[in-house]
Amino acid sequence: MKNILEINNVTKFYKNSVKALENVNLNIKEGEIFALLGPNGAGKSTLINSICGIVNFNTGTIKINNMDIIKNYRTTRKLTGIVPQELNLESFETVWNNVNYSRGLFGKKPDHNYIEKLLKQLSLWDKKDSKIKELSGGMKRRVLIAKALSHQPKLLFLDEPTASVDVELRKDMWDVVKKLNEDGVTIILTTHYIEEAEELSDRVAVINDGKIILVDDKDKLIKKLGEKTIKIELVDPIEKINGNLSKYNFTLDQTNKIISHTYNLNSNTTDITELLNDVKKDGYEIKDINTEQSSLEEIFIKLIKENNNELVRN
Amino acid sequence: MNWYGIKAIYIHEMERFRRTLFQSLASPIITTSLYFVVFGSAIGSRITEIDGINYGSYIVPGMIMLTILTQSISNASFAFYFPRFTNTIYEILAAPLSSFEIVLGFVGAAASKSLIIGCVIILTANLFVDVRIDHPLLMIFFLILTSITFALFGFIIGMYAEGFEGLQIIPILVITPLVFLGGSFYSINMLPEFWQKISLLNPVLYLISGFRYSFYEVSDVSLFTSTLTILTILIGCIIFVTYTFSKGYRIKD
Repeated sequence: MKNILEINNVTKFYKNSVKALENVNLNIKEGEIFALLGPNGAGKSTLINSICGIVNFNTGTIKINNMDIIKNYRTTRKLTGIVPQELNLESFETVWNNVNYSRGLFGKKPDHNYIEKLLKQLSLWDKKDSKIKELSGGMKRRVLIAKALSHQPKLLFLDEPTASVDVELRKDMWDVVKKLNEDGVTIILTTHYIEEAEELSDRVAVINDGKIILVDDKDKLIKKLGEKTIKIELVDPIEKINGNLSKYNFTLDQTNKIISHTYNLNSNTTDITELLNDVKKDGYEIKDINTEQSSLEEIFIKLIKENNNELVRN
Repeated sequence: MNWYGIKAIYIHEMERFRRTLFQSLASPIITTSLYFVVFGSAIGSRITEIDGINYGSYIVPGMIMLTILTQSISNASFAFYFPRFTNTIYEILAAPLSSFEIVLGFVGAAASKSLIIGCVIILTANLFVDVRIDHPLLMIFFLILTSITFALFGFIIGMYAEGFEGLQIIPILVITPLVFLGGSFYSINMLPEFWQKISLLNPVLYLISGFRYSFYEVSDVSLFTSTLTILTILIGCIIFVTYTFSKGYRIKD
């Protein structure tokens, strides 16, 4: 699949000499949902804003559809839409005017049929004549999405799309994002809700302190960096760890009945079969077995901790 | 050129004017009427004519200039500062618009609003005094040029202002005194020689003088100097806006 976005060695300093981005390199494939993860102040919004022309970056190049975003800004900006993190809207304007205004800004001829379809798709049609100030937070978020899509972009940036929205609405938003992606829009979202990235994205990148520290397929990442824990529940408690079980590095719960053993998914062989056999050999009867896999969130925290430790060492 | 983009900004701004039509028009109409009552009655009873023109009629071009200048500045400065304040500016910056196109949309709308208000002032003035326009085309030329120039000046204020109070500082502390001291309500020939020379340093004098010439063929300075002054201010504003905006000052980090 071809790259719709190519970022090469992008560096950005703010006026107070704070380095917001450092040699960022990233390629986004056409048609994917890409999640950019990172803690607050990591550089997620700065990167998105640099791509969209909202902030000026200092060095490096950014290409959309193989076109430089500075030299060919008219063409490349028509291909992008951005939904900002804040609910930045003109309160006294109607939904209809707001969305049509955005389409005009992006140099597109008025198309009321398309805007009608878009508002219906985002469940905003019955609010089209309402002023923005009369809408709920969730509705305002939808208006921002409608504005970003008003000129039919190929690449949509969602900066913390579900920040401060309730769980129900968040799920609702996820459905909207999935539907847009099915319709052919490439989506890049920043989030610090790992659950969101896990639910939506095909690939993820982790950014910390202005540097991309990892880019991978979400599933591969979970498999590669994730750990799994097997929990073996016994009928009777373990009195003393000896015999065959003494060679394993496991933990017991308070009742001494549940053995928790962690192993890496990435290793070619695990000692699970051997462990189960040794449990039986030592005379314990197994009541139940279950496994737990580490979430993207646990991986993310681990990565950020490792990266921060490395920064301190350097 | 992104004509749809320019049109979107223009219509968006004119829509704001439509929404606040009453406030936008009531204020200049009431102010003009008050000027006629205060200046026309109080001073007009003592100064009947200046340069052969009835005092009430004489002050009309000055009053129109006062309104055009203040309205152009306030319309443009507010129009550009407001999206900065609400952060809706992100959309304009992300759109495929050049800095020239953005300026054209905002300044075009601000100048249009001022022109509408200017026409309303002329109509209002007609209710109080006889207004004669000897050179209508010249009058329109000055009206349009002044509206655009000071809308550009307002745009600069909108770019630099750090708060709503910042929008008011230049119009209140600089523009209004310059208009009042620029011969809006008198001819500088009525001043002592020293103050006449000082008045010649006031650029607004040239605008009012040229504009008044288009009405009654009377002026304090030559028409050529007036035209040159307004064109110089216009070019200065264009250069300043283009440079500042292209650098993204106060707009882009």
